[in-house]
Amino acid sequence: MSDADGVQDAGYDEWLEAAEEGDTYYLECANGHGSLTPRRVCPDCGSLELERVDMPETGEIQTFNVTHVPTPSFEEDAPYATAIADFGPVRVTGQVVGVDPAAVETGLAVELEITVSETTGKRILGFRPV
Amino acid sequence: MSDVRVAGTGLTPFGNSPERTGRDLFAEASIAAFEDSTVPRDDVEAVLYGNFMGELSEHQGHQGPLMAEAAGVQAPATRYESACASSGTAVREAVKRIRNGENDVLLVGGAERMTNLGTAGATEALAIAADDLWEVRAGVTFPGAYALMAQAYFDEFGGEREDLAHIAVKNHENALTNDKAQYQRAIDVSDVLEAPPVSEPLGLYDACPISDGASALVLTSEDYADDHDLDAPVAITGTGQGGDRMALHDRDHLARSPAAREAGVEAYDDASVDASDVDFAEVHDCFTIAEVLALEALDIEPIGEGISAARTGRTTANGDTPINLSGGLKAKGHPVGATGASQIAEVTKLLAGTHPNSEYVSDATTGVAHNAGGTVASATVHVLEVTDQ
Ligand SMILES: [Zn+2]
Repeated sequence: MSDADGVQDAGYDEWLEAAEEGDTYYLECANGHGSLTPRRVCPDCGSLELERVDMPETGEIQTFNVTHVPTPSFEEDAPYATAIADFGPVRVTGQVVGVDPAAVETGLAVELEITVSETTGKRILGFRPV
Repeated sequence: MSDVRVAGTGLTPFGNSPERTGRDLFAEASIAAFEDSTVPRDDVEAVLYGNFMGELSEHQGHQGPLMAEAAGVQAPATRYESACASSGTAVREAVKRIRNGENDVLLVGGAERMTNLGTAGATEALAIAADDLWEVRAGVTFPGAYALMAQAYFDEFGGEREDLAHIAVKNHENALTNDKAQYQRAIDVSDVLEAPPVSEPLGLYDACPISDGASALVLTSEDYADDHDLDAPVAITGTGQGGDRMALHDRDHLARSPAAREAGVEAYDDASVDASDVDFAEVHDCFTIAEVLALEALDIEPIGEGISAARTGRTTANGDTPINLSGGLKAKGHPVGATGASQIAEVTKLLAGTHPNSEYVSDATTGVAHNAGGTVASATVHVLEVTDQ
């Protein structure tokens, strides 16, 4: 469900913009737990001390799929691979770009790349094999 | 603490009836449950109702009072929403109320209207059970999220699509005698393996269908059942609920369901049983891999071994622990908000000897119902037992 045109999701859109600039970060609490924005409380320990920390540049695919039946927002994009990649302190879900979906595999090294949906033109979080 | 009796159960057929409203579906299920229970509507003290996507499919919020009205009940009513575990959560709340003496008679159930949305619309509606910002906007669908878990399971424990196919085959086989089931049609392993891919490694026959339907239960206290001479030999003796992080990527395990384990441990403890006492179970097999994760979470299968349970026959109708004798979500159908209470209805009938598949569990005293929400960020487990009356 989309918001009215131009309305941002505080924290999330800001994160995407930073990632587009190659300035990706995650949140780290006083006890070293990593998490994604927007967040005011560490979900692991309840700490309120959350700081922005640079995200590691490369991650590793931990699991993946190849989606043939998408939601309407990705109708033109299918088939595409989505994956969960491990960036150390945080794991992230994204769409794998720049590679044939059939070539995606567990253990593949990737970097974050903000791409756009062919269907809606909206930004999506992507992974590009390195 | 009062025992909680299942006094009556009612189900609509599960299937494809896009023209039927939620209120019409729930009315039918509740009429059947009242007839089955012989409890008068006037005795109902509250309605607890599960529904997930009513705003999207029917532009209808505030469904509690609407459904009480549809059932002909004058009582306070509340809707419970926990994605696909919505009516499992409603049942749990009802059990707690009856046990603590707050109520003696409750109408519990759920309904979902889905097929009017079409495949694309239903896929979109189901996806909102995942984390919108970090999963849905990356293109993760509901089948896609389970495909991520299936691939993680294969990588961690082994197994292959053919193992999963045997689960689909088994559940279709079990549904052949269930006249409420969406699919009363046998399939074979090659049908599953050759079906179009939905989200690899899962294909069309690894997935439950999109369904319309409703379920209703009349639950009473033991005292009420005794005072009114109800024929209610089955009791809900254990209830548990577990939770986990919303996004799959934030979980400790990608190929396990800790929320279901937590719910199972709590429900077993509550009923003073353990997994070895479980004669059969209805588990949340929205996808074939989900049945594997459920069996392992409930300790019916060791971690990493659930994948072979259907293929080797351990969970088939004639196996040690028959699973999803109703056909499961896979073949019976999955009108999301109706599912949890419908599982309780199936377990009740199997224990009472009134189910078409009761012959496979004729000596059974203990059955379990497992209902999962989203990619199991929510789970409820209930233990049902035959009482001496
Ligand atoms: Zn922390």
